[in-house]
Amino acid sequence: MTTGMVIGRRLAYLAPLAIFGILAVYFAWGLNPDRDPRALPSVMIDQPVPEFALPPIAGMDGPGLSAADLRTGEVTLVNFFASWCVPCRLEHRVLIELATQDKVRLFGINYKNKPEEARAWLAELGNPYGRIGADTTGRVGIDWGVYGLPETFIIDRSGRIRYRRAGQIDQQTLNETIRPLIRELSQ
Amino acid sequence: MIPEIGHFALILALMVALVQGSVPIIGAAQGRTAWMDVARPAALLQLALVTIAFLALTWAFVVSDFTVLNVVQNSHTAKPLLYKISGVWGNHEGSMVLWVLILAAFGAAVAVFGGNLPPPLRARVLSVQAWIAIGFLAFSLLTSNPFERIFPAPLNGRDLNPLLQDPGLAFHPPMLYAGYVGFSMAFSFAIAALIEGRVDPAWARWVRPWTLVAWCFLTAGITLGSWWAYYELGWGGWWFWDPVENASFMPWLMGTALLHSAIVVEKRDALKAWTILLAILTFSLSLIGTFIVRSGLLTSVHAFATDPERGLFILLLLCVTIGGSLILFAIRAPAVQAGGLFAPVSREGALVLNNLLLVVACGTVFLGTLYPLFLEAATGDKISVGPPFYNKTFVPIMVPLIAVMAIGPFLAWKRADLAGVLGRLKLAFAAAVLAALGAVALEGGPVLAVLAMGLAAWLIVGTLAEWADRIKLFRAPLGDSLRRARGLPRSAHGMTLAHAGLAVAMAGMTAAASWKVESVQVMQLGDSVEMAGYTYRLDRVDQVQGPNYTSDIAQVTISRGDRHVARLTPEKRLYPVQQMPTTEAGIHTTGLADLYVVIGDPDEAGGWTVRIFHEPLVPWIWAGVLMMVLGGIVSLSDRRFRLGAPARRAKAPAGATVAQT
Repeated sequence: MTTGMVIGRRLAYLAPLAIFGILAVYFAWGLNPDRDPRALPSVMIDQPVPEFALPPIAGMDGPGLSAADLRTGEVTLVNFFASWCVPCRLEHRVLIELATQDKVRLFGINYKNKPEEARAWLAELGNPYGRIGADTTGRVGIDWGVYGLPETFIIDRSGRIRYRRAGQIDQQTLNETIRPLIRELSQ
Repeated sequence: MIPEIGHFALILALMVALVQGSVPIIGAAQGRTAWMDVARPAALLQLALVTIAFLALTWAFVVSDFTVLNVVQNSHTAKPLLYKISGVWGNHEGSMVLWVLILAAFGAAVAVFGGNLPPPLRARVLSVQAWIAIGFLAFSLLTSNPFERIFPAPLNGRDLNPLLQDPGLAFHPPMLYAGYVGFSMAFSFAIAALIEGRVDPAWARWVRPWTLVAWCFLTAGITLGSWWAYYELGWGGWWFWDPVENASFMPWLMGTALLHSAIVVEKRDALKAWTILLAILTFSLSLIGTFIVRSGLLTSVHAFATDPERGLFILLLLCVTIGGSLILFAIRAPAVQAGGLFAPVSREGALVLNNLLLVVACGTVFLGTLYPLFLEAATGDKISVGPPFYNKTFVPIMVPLIAVMAIGPFLAWKRADLAGVLGRLKLAFAAAVLAALGAVALEGGPVLAVLAMGLAAWLIVGTLAEWADRIKLFRAPLGDSLRRARGLPRSAHGMTLAHAGLAVAMAGMTAAASWKVESVQVMQLGDSVEMAGYTYRLDRVDQVQGPNYTSDIAQVTISRGDRHVARLTPEKRLYPVQQMPTTEAGIHTTGLADLYVVIGDPDEAGGWTVRIFHEPLVPWIWAGVLMMVLGGIVSLSDRRFRLGAPARRAKAPAGATVAQT
């Protein structure tokens, strides 16, 4: 065995340690108490909504959703959801509250979901969405910069994205961030 | 007074662990027998002390001692006794005590059953066990004291999360922890072997049964959790790829790989460094699994309360345990002698492939689970990765694994004749094609599901064919075959049972994922709905008062044609103390499918939301997993493991569990 081979062999045995080391740095970063686990910056902020036109969920009545629907001069919430997403289920109650109590215009984009599952899900939990587009391939999600579910965007009256929340909307975010922002944008 | 005794016992256990972690291992290094002999009584004493602490906490829960903060936060006088007891481990602090208790029990098992281990190895193993105990006892005492008092004592407690008040979940954590902690044995043996710089077949003969014990517990624990989610959450699903589920699945995958690679060490004296690495990684993943949900690193539906200070302690513990053992591995593993050589097509080769696929599958789950954290660190975005990710990555890795699983047991050690083996699998191949065609005829698509059904048939027939081959079934007189079956080592029967169980479970998982039918509708009393050939009629809904909840109980009659099939009573409960509703699904199983009914909320017009699922082959999942666990237990009863000695003896005394030398 040459010296190079011996060193290579040694390095191979060090690999698991190195991988764990990198992991530990991430863990340490993740434990930073100042970190808001649901932080929300996005390159899409203040950009006009991307162009898209989606059909409704197969087998459901009602219109689909397209970019034109978001440029009608009204503040709108766009929520990406799917029946396979566990946090979406928890978030749903908050969305229903927003749609019924606050009378906010709420549109949904059903992301990578089988139509029959999406229908059953909405039938069970209630349908707070004024319009729903079915993004079965996830193509529109890419344009919006969606990484995972749920994600919610607030669109202002001129059709620009003003806010993005990746992750579930809880009561606190609803009261402290989303409601004030909607009030502000609606004035 | 009793909580103080418990607290004191826990502190004493830490002191004993400090002695056990230092004296025996120094004794082993310096060859002092008396010092090494400290390990066994210390391990037993530690078990006794932690048991006292655990019983003290249990007592506080059973008598509802509301001067103990933990009891206030997790119990209530109106709660049934079973859930008062399960409340002990239904919270962070108490579950840590259970964790340490199981750890101490495994340590004591080495002390009791380890009579035939070389004394230095035994001393080192017990010391390493004690190091783990030191970390966790310190964690428990310093950051999560379960015996903390509260003054003034409130009149009643806040009750246990109602979702956890369920028989399935009462036993889920002890099983799961027995699995997690059981892997600490393989870990301690791996560290001891690295310190000694020596791994031999005798070492593997010890590691294997303990890994198998842990594996059986973990398999049962994960399944209990999954079964609970299936009937309690009322979503009709049984696996959600939630971080908490993944956290228990990763050590399972790695532990399964370890089980198989340990065979190669035992039989062929090869793959030694790899097996040690697997032992370290399996336990590391168990640790990460125990803690990932307690640290606030990832969010999940069923996470424990989090506390940054705790998280830091956990991270420190992980760094010392995992980092330390990997440093030791990097230094010492190259010195471990490589063993026997083998051709790529051989039993060893198949097991290596099994290991690689399992480890890659585990890596996939790991990536899916932690990717949100990595991404957030890099870009600040927060996401969740759902089933679409796992269906695209994890499932395809399973396909070659199952394909090879039927072939592997046929292969000879060192060098095998693949063509000859494939010839013997003709029947399995025919069964696979038939099953796939059957799936197409019955259900149509999707392609992956049809392929998976074919693979399940391939695996079960291939596994049974190998078993039949060994006992010359149908090729020799039946009596002769029976004699051969009796002569076959139990571990061979166990392997057959476990592999066949996976095939059964796999058919169930595939069918459940692909051909589930569900419908949701508002039903008036007396309304009927038809689904998959069955008629569901909502007869009545009654309000019933439970011990600590109120419940709407529906009666649903299921019939097929004119034939009465079953009456189900799905419930929706409201637990007033925590203002939380839970669902109890009504499930009737036909063996080929579950008929699953969930009752929702009433509407103004007197109708009820009813959700009905037709879940094909779901009972097979539970049956298959049961076969896997039974396979593990049968394997454990193998004479070789019971004796733990390599020497072949004529006949073991019946019921012999310990071989004292």
